[in-house]
Parts: sequence; structure tokens; C-alpha cells
Amino acid sequence: MPGVPKRRLDLWLRPGKKGRQRQMSRFNFWELAKNALSAHENWGRQWRAPEPKGEYDVVIIGAGGHGLATAYYLAKEHGVTNVAVLEKGWLGGGNTGRNTTIVRSNYLWEESEGLYDHAMDLWQNLSQELNYNVMYSARGVMMLAHTIHDVQVFKRHVYANRLAGVQNEWLTAEEAKEYCPPLNISKNMRYPVLGAALQRKAGVARHDAVAWGYARGADKYGVDIIQNCAVTGIRRGADGAVEGVETSRGFIRAKKIGVVAAGHTTTVMDMAGVRMPLESYPLQALVSEPVKPCFPCVVMSNTIHAYMSQSDKGELVIGAGTDQYISYSQTGGLQIPAHTIEAICELFPMFRRMRMLRNWGGTVDVTPDRSPIIGKTPVPGLFVNCGWGTGGFKATPGSGHVFAHTLAKGEPHPINAPFTLDRYRTGRLIDEAAAAAVAH
Amino acid sequence: MLLISCPYCGVERPEIEFRHAGEAHIARPAEPSKLTDEEWAEYLYMRTNPKGLMAERWRHTHGCGRFFNAIRDTVSDKFVTVYKMGEAKPDLDQLLVEAAQ
Repeated sequence: MPGVPKRRLDLWLRPGKKGRQRQMSRFNFWELAKNALSAHENWGRQWRAPEPKGEYDVVIIGAGGHGLATAYYLAKEHGVTNVAVLEKGWLGGGNTGRNTTIVRSNYLWEESEGLYDHAMDLWQNLSQELNYNVMYSARGVMMLAHTIHDVQVFKRHVYANRLAGVQNEWLTAEEAKEYCPPLNISKNMRYPVLGAALQRKAGVARHDAVAWGYARGADKYGVDIIQNCAVTGIRRGADGAVEGVETSRGFIRAKKIGVVAAGHTTTVMDMAGVRMPLESYPLQALVSEPVKPCFPCVVMSNTIHAYMSQSDKGELVIGAGTDQYISYSQTGGLQIPAHTIEAICELFPMFRRMRMLRNWGGTVDVTPDRSPIIGKTPVPGLFVNCGWGTGGFKATPGSGHVFAHTLAKGEPHPINAPFTLDRYRTGRLIDEAAAAAVAH
Repeated sequence: MLLISCPYCGVERPEIEFRHAGEAHIARPAEPSKLTDEEWAEYLYMRTNPKGLMAERWRHTHGCGRFFNAIRDTVSDKFVTVYKMGEAKPDLDQLLVEAAQ
């Protein structure tokens, strides 16, 4: 690993006494100054790499943002610290590290408004809460309307949101251009911009930092984050209740298991014999070469399938759509991002000569009504938080918060009570299919 | 982009000519009025979503326009076989054995 000082590499590879002591330190000006004196070579590990114990009160499967947030709030708000978060790969290496980092809460239905706005409230103070800079930037998310239908739908959203106290406002095309100067509002476009819905406190946050911040916070409370530990089975007792999980590192006993496995939820739930209403699709994204700050907000267009923001590093972060077929390949067809790029070039002509750097895919678990499932399952002791589809990142703090409540109390928090698995039987769907993002 | 063989046209075509149509072999209930809510939920919403070989429907929208079934590996996205509507679902275990040889 060129460029990494040897001493620091040692700390990462072999968690010594030094690393263990330092992981408790808080980030502040004094620590920064102190570490500057040793050329920043002595920052310790931020979380341990513990061996799994034989038994935990709660085992969470999946160390992405949602799983780690769940562990954090379990420990902090409910005093449940004997918790393990098991991760097949590495922490935050799935959809948490692959999304386009957009945070917003202007959903249509009351249930969703409650859930996503709860997350939005937590985003406001998350960096202070975690003592970790998640780089939440309320630069505004603007959703473009290109057809009469779009205009009617977005105005309906705006009215519904304002009734519920969720920030959202309608802009004319000219006002949209004023908010985002690179936007092309020419009448000659194939799909001209007729207006936009703007949520000003929406924006972006650094996805990796969210996972790392929650991991560090949870670890501080004694939560064991166990990476490279694949769950291979869920053991159930004679009464049907869960007894623990079989893993690649041995059997781990637990009376409560929370499955937060995103695209692989069906695979994990199959181990407990629970059928899920999920389909896993590839969702692609791409970034451009970094350029100077030139793009002030997040712009989404559902109709012509594009959404884009500029990262603090300067890259344009572009979200493409889902591929049409079920796949766990974490990649997809090139025609999908190509289609998105065409739309971006039309909307923002100044980016026509921009070069793209990287293109990748994640595996997203999509429910029939495009709303998540957070709650109990037919198996006693088994809980699930899944179905976030193409838009789970924005909900990370709220999702973890209400799922921790559900795991601790055995009953859902009022906010996630409507998001049951049972709603597919009762028919009380939360149909955000028309409301959510580009791929829906 | 996937290359897909249409069993009716007998040719391999790019994916953009086709439309994915979900999991195959989900039979519509013979007597819908006798179904319980659980059975309706199972029919309408529950899906196998397998990681590995999957039986799925495709429609050759911009070709012959007909639906057909395919077996595809959802990890590698490789098609194992395609077959016409009405033909029996191949034995997936047998296909795995053949693929290994």
C-alpha cells in the first residue's frame, strides 16, 4: 500500500494495545492539534475487530448504515449493549457505499412522511450526535416536472407535505433556474422543464462517514462489529423461535435476530423459512471527473431518469435507474447509465464534454408497494428491516432508530407500525410507487 | 447488456428488444373466490428472488412480441436455457449438475 506510513498500517492490521486505548478518544480541536504534532500517524482504530462471543442479546445481520444505526440506538437509547453486528463482507461495503447520498423526506403518504421526516430530524444533528462529521449538507433537492402529469403529481405532493408539516414547495421553471443556474429551461427541449418541487433542507451526506460514525458510536458502547462473518443458517427451536445464527465463524446464540441485509434479505430469510415480497434488482450509479464547484443543489428528474449532485470532492454524482431483471451481480447494462447521461446532457448542456470516471452497481431489494418493511416476522424473535429499494440511504438514522425500538421492546415504534410484513396480507399497502425516486 | 435468445424467433438479440416479465410459473389460482388472504398474498406478492438459477418470463417486445421462459443465473446473469410458454420448467438441480460438467 504505497503512501500509507508503515506504523499506521501496523495499527490497522494488528489491533494492538495502543489502538484499543485510542478508539475511545473524541474528535475535537485538542485531539486534532495533538495528532498534528505526530504528523497524524497515531490516530488509533475507530472500532475494534473482536472475535465473536458465543451468545448475544441481539444479533444484527448486515453492517451497512441501517444495521449499524440500529446497533447504535439499541445501545444508546435502550441500554442493550450485548449486541453483535455480523457482516459477510466489510462494513458499509454494500449499498451504503454505493448510493448517491441523497437525503430528503418529501414522500406522499402520511406513513412515509412520518418515517422519512423522522430521519430528516435526526440528520440535522447527526454529526454532533456521533462526534463524526457526516457532511450533511442541506443544499436542497429539486424534483423537475416535465409533463402536465408531473406538475399535477408534484403539486399534490407539495400540498400533502405541507399539510403534514413536511417542507416542500413549488417553483416555476424560472425560479428553478434561479435556484440551479446550470439548468436548461429552454422550450426547445424534448421534455421541457415546466416547474419543480423543492425541499430546501434536503441535500446530501457522506455515505461512508454515516456507516463509520455509527460503527464508531456503537463500538464505544460495546457493540461487537464482526466483519468477514457470513451467516449461513438461522437455527430455530422446537417452538419455532430463533435460537441463534450459524456463521462462517461458528454458531452464535441469540434470542433476537434483526435482518438488515438489503438485497440479500430474501437469501437470509430463506434460512428461517420466511417468504418475502422482495425482488433484488441492480441499481447503477456513476461519477465524473472532479471539477470546481459548479452545481449548487441536487436535481432529480423522474420522467427522464436522471438525478445528480456534486460531491465535495468535485465529482458529479449521478444516479441511473434499475435494470429490468433480478440480479445479484452488482453490475448492470451500459444502456441504463447511457440513458441517464443523455438526459443529463439535455438538462445541463454545460456538462456535455464532461468525462465519466467510474460506474458501479448495487443490489436493491424492492417491495411491491415501494415502501420498506420494518418489524416483526411470523418467526418469534426474528425481525426484519428491508425493502428500502432504491432509496434507503436517506432514511438511515430514522430506520435504525425505530428498528432499535422494535428489537428492544419486541413491538414496533408508532412510526414504523404501518410498515409491517403483514400488510401484504391485509392489503394496507403504502403505495409510494408513484411518489418515490427515479427507478420506481 | 444481455444477449437473449428468443425460442420463437430462434435468434440472439440485445436486451433492449425484450421486456423482463417477472418470475415464471406462478399459476393464477383456479378458484380465486376460495383463496384465503394468506394465499392471495402468496400469489400476488411473495417471490422466490433466488440467488442462483432463476426461472423467469421475458417478452420479445420488439420482435415477435411473444412471452417465453428462461433459466438464468442471477449472480453471473448468464442464460442457461430458454423455452417456450407451456413447456415444463427444467429441473434446476439437473441443470446445475450439467453446468458443472
